[in-house]
Amino acid sequence: MINRLITSLGGAVREWLAELGLAFRTLLAMLVSGLGLWRRPRLITTQIHFIGNYSLVIILVSGLFVGFVLAYQGYYTLNRYGSESALGLLVALALARELGPVITALLFAGRAGTSLTAEIGLMKAGEQLAAMEMMAVNPLQRVLAPRFIAGLIAMPILAALFTAMGIFGGYLVGVQLIGVDEGSFWSQMQGGVDLWEDIGNGIIKSVVFGFAATFIAIYQGYQADPTPEGVSRATTRTVVLSSLMVLWLDFVLTALMFK
Amino acid sequence: MKSFFVTAPLHKNKPVIDRSKQGYRVLHYNGGLLKQPLPVTNLVEIQNLHFAYGDRPILTGLNMQFPRNKVIAVMGGSGSGKTTILRLIGGLIAPQSGAVKLLDEPIGRPGSPALYRQRRQMGMLFQHGALFTDLSVFENVAFPLREHTDLPESLLHDLVLLKLNAVGLRNAAQLKPSEISGGMARRVALARAIALDPQLIMYDEPFAGLDPISMGVTANLIRNLNDALGSTSILVSHDVHESFAIADQVYFLSQGAIVAEGTPAQMLASEHPYVQQFVNARPDGPVPFDYPGISLAQDLGLGVPHD
Repeated sequence: MINRLITSLGGAVREWLAELGLAFRTLLAMLVSGLGLWRRPRLITTQIHFIGNYSLVIILVSGLFVGFVLAYQGYYTLNRYGSESALGLLVALALARELGPVITALLFAGRAGTSLTAEIGLMKAGEQLAAMEMMAVNPLQRVLAPRFIAGLIAMPILAALFTAMGIFGGYLVGVQLIGVDEGSFWSQMQGGVDLWEDIGNGIIKSVVFGFAATFIAIYQGYQADPTPEGVSRATTRTVVLSSLMVLWLDFVLTALMFK
Repeated sequence: MKSFFVTAPLHKNKPVIDRSKQGYRVLHYNGGLLKQPLPVTNLVEIQNLHFAYGDRPILTGLNMQFPRNKVIAVMGGSGSGKTTILRLIGGLIAPQSGAVKLLDEPIGRPGSPALYRQRRQMGMLFQHGALFTDLSVFENVAFPLREHTDLPESLLHDLVLLKLNAVGLRNAAQLKPSEISGGMARRVALARAIALDPQLIMYDEPFAGLDPISMGVTANLIRNLNDALGSTSILVSHDVHESFAIADQVYFLSQGAIVAEGTPAQMLASEHPYVQQFVNARPDGPVPFDYPGISLAQDLGLGVPHD
């Protein structure tokens, strides 16, 4: 009984390590092949447009609603201590340091990530990647690398837009609806938010999350079983793995950045 | 490793190895150069090849030759390993042992620059076309040209139209793959496969699912393209009539090994039971209809004593 348990545990660990090794090899090969893309920037800009368009509406709407809720909840707490004038600061810090990058990454994984996985998985199932290989075109360079770089660029921009919309939502509820003083809302925010400590760390987080979420999405598509069921499973794995990875990375990065 | 890229100065008897002149013999004489195609008779050679998916052997001890400028048909039942041979020649998969050679050079390992260089001399028609669904017919054919050449747009446009004209689909250039039939998609894929005038063209079941008219048209197209381009064509197919009509040589494959080979006429006259069964479409013969295992009676528990 114990022997069987140890054997199956060992087998699972070995499989996990092999999978991890394959993922790193694919990442390395993709990054090396992606170096040649500087001559063909259009491949990347097309993907930025594609990925950005996919996620923009959901990011903006979500940002607005998160801002609404933050303002309500923040006011409820701050009002107890007579500090409602700090509402702008609270909304801005929560969004720039935490909620902006994290929620954007989760939405990005659910919206753009799944479509990347499905697209690449279906290209594999339809032998399009094999056809590309047979035309002496490396799919890592032609298909995966442009999407990866595009995700890396699009993610911080989307996170910034989410944060901006969230602050606007907080302003609408806090100032226009509840009646917090507009001057203190903006001035406390301006005085309390540090460019490097808060905004900078938020940007670093969003770049790291973009790296993780985009790579997981394209890797899952690339390694998907070339069947409808395989693509479906890969898409589900993208959402689950990306979400867990983003939350874990958020914890690690916050711990490293915390002073 | 033995090289066949040899330069031979005429005024000396000492041959000089020159790897930069690949595919040609360069003769030096009085300060001048004379380029001659190398006398390699087989474009592709498979030597003692073994391949398995996991523990399941697919090809065992396979030896095949594909001479230049010929159409060679590889025939056999489903699961006999025909498509695997094409994938091995294309370097999409690697054999466990043995060698696949293109122009006497072993096929590079997957992902290697050598393999991508060799693939520029190949074209492959996939069974379902494998067209890029987000690109138009025109852009599908233009794809390899855009990737590998810096041709001006006007020249590229003309070249693509010529390729599409060769497969009779010039007027479908602006359609999307979703707007054309399966047979048309395969012809577009054929135009794309020959876009770079490859020396080797591989066809994976080009006649499957085609109506009789399209089948005849496709068969003639394969033969004519091969002759016009001076290339070598490897044709994997079940279709005896069309394949025999255009092939110079035929290989019969069964359970991962060659069971018969020769010209179509020799195959038609062959006494080999497998060839007889295949060519005459007989249900009984060396190839059983049923997948090996227990009998139906046993499966249903009829006539078998119960415990």
